[in-house]
Amino acid sequence: MNDSARTQPGIFYGLVAITRRDLLLAWKRPGDVLNPLFFFAMVCTLFPLAVGPSAEQLTFSGPGVLWVAALLATLLSLNSMFMGDHEDGSLDQVLVSSQPLPLLALGKTLAHWITSGLPLVLISPLLAMTYHMPADVVGVLMLTLLLGTICLSLLGSIGAALTVGLHRGTALLSLLILPLAMPVLLLGANTVSLAADNEMYSTGMWALGAYAVAALSLAPYATAAALRISNE
Amino acid sequence: MLTAKLSAIDLTLLRGERCLFEGLEFALNHGELLLLQGANGSGKTSLMRVIAGMLSLESGEILWDGEPVSRQRQSFHGALVWLAHQSGLKDDLTLVENLRFERALRPQSSVEPEQVFVRLGIARLKALPLRSLSAGQQRRVALARILLADVPLWLLDEPFTNLDRDGRRLVTQLVEEHLADGGLCVLAAHQDVEISATVKRINL
Repeated sequence: MNDSARTQPGIFYGLVAITRRDLLLAWKRPGDVLNPLFFFAMVCTLFPLAVGPSAEQLTFSGPGVLWVAALLATLLSLNSMFMGDHEDGSLDQVLVSSQPLPLLALGKTLAHWITSGLPLVLISPLLAMTYHMPADVVGVLMLTLLLGTICLSLLGSIGAALTVGLHRGTALLSLLILPLAMPVLLLGANTVSLAADNEMYSTGMWALGAYAVAALSLAPYATAAALRISNE
Repeated sequence: MLTAKLSAIDLTLLRGERCLFEGLEFALNHGELLLLQGANGSGKTSLMRVIAGMLSLESGEILWDGEPVSRQRQSFHGALVWLAHQSGLKDDLTLVENLRFERALRPQSSVEPEQVFVRLGIARLKALPLRSLSAGQQRRVALARILLADVPLWLLDEPFTNLDRDGRRLVTQLVEEHLADGGLCVLAAHQDVEISATVKRINL
């Protein structure tokens, strides 16, 4: 029981381990991953059916619809981020680990993004086709969604951590997150619209990137603090 | 008081309107067991959570090596393992997958996991997801987590729940070995516990 002889696990070991565990869990329970994805696909395919096949109208509304659907799909998936861990007590174990909590929170967020954000980005070109989106605009759409879903997962982790102890916290979680998520939606949808109109769109892309970097550097700390508070 | 490895000064905890304990003190040294006793709802688990640093106190301080725990949270957490009421294990994962994740959370001993599994009687359950195990077997997996950690302080909250007679005897043995090895243990139980070591009691 010599304290100095004990070797603490490395700092990033915890981040990698928690991401790996969550991905493994998602692999064993694909339903949780597929739900938001189906929602995204459904909204995006039903919309053209309801509005009618006019190409002009679809090209005009495409970026907005795709982005709103992506935002709502992400919000849907956020609630479960810490819920399972809270229910089976593994969140308690994570909170009393010797690893820095912000990094563990970042690991969980990373796993969430890989299982919910990344699939949205990957299937978006397919859905963009229904809106007659040209190939170069699809590229812009994917890039904005890539940055945007990273932002949303990171911001969402704060809300999910704050509402983890509450039953049916989904509505509250959405309310908490929406003000922070609004700039992401505006920047994302407008950037794609500008690209579709052949105008300068790089400003929006840079702004989204800056937002993602800011979220990446601040959100893990906020999430960690929120987890400690809501687990008292 | 100051020389004790783990000690508490003047702990007061309010939960809502209720005062669970007031002015509580203890001091625990290597090889000693702190036994928390009391009826259901008397605050055993809350005190355990306080020691683990999960609840903020109305007043008072937990000291580890004479230093407040709140000022060295990470290194203190690296020195303890906590068997909570909930197993903290994932139902969908197997025993080995669960314990692999555990390795990232706290220092691990050099003991061969296989030996621990055999001793706890869970060696043949390795490939099964935890949901297919009985409550007692899951408890044994949670115990494996404790045995595989290389930490001086064990926090055991009702470790005998769901265990058969052999299991209960095994837990007693394991705690005695840990204490003989110079470890510390805080154990909450609502029934009588017979452990041959220096036992300090707190009745809540």
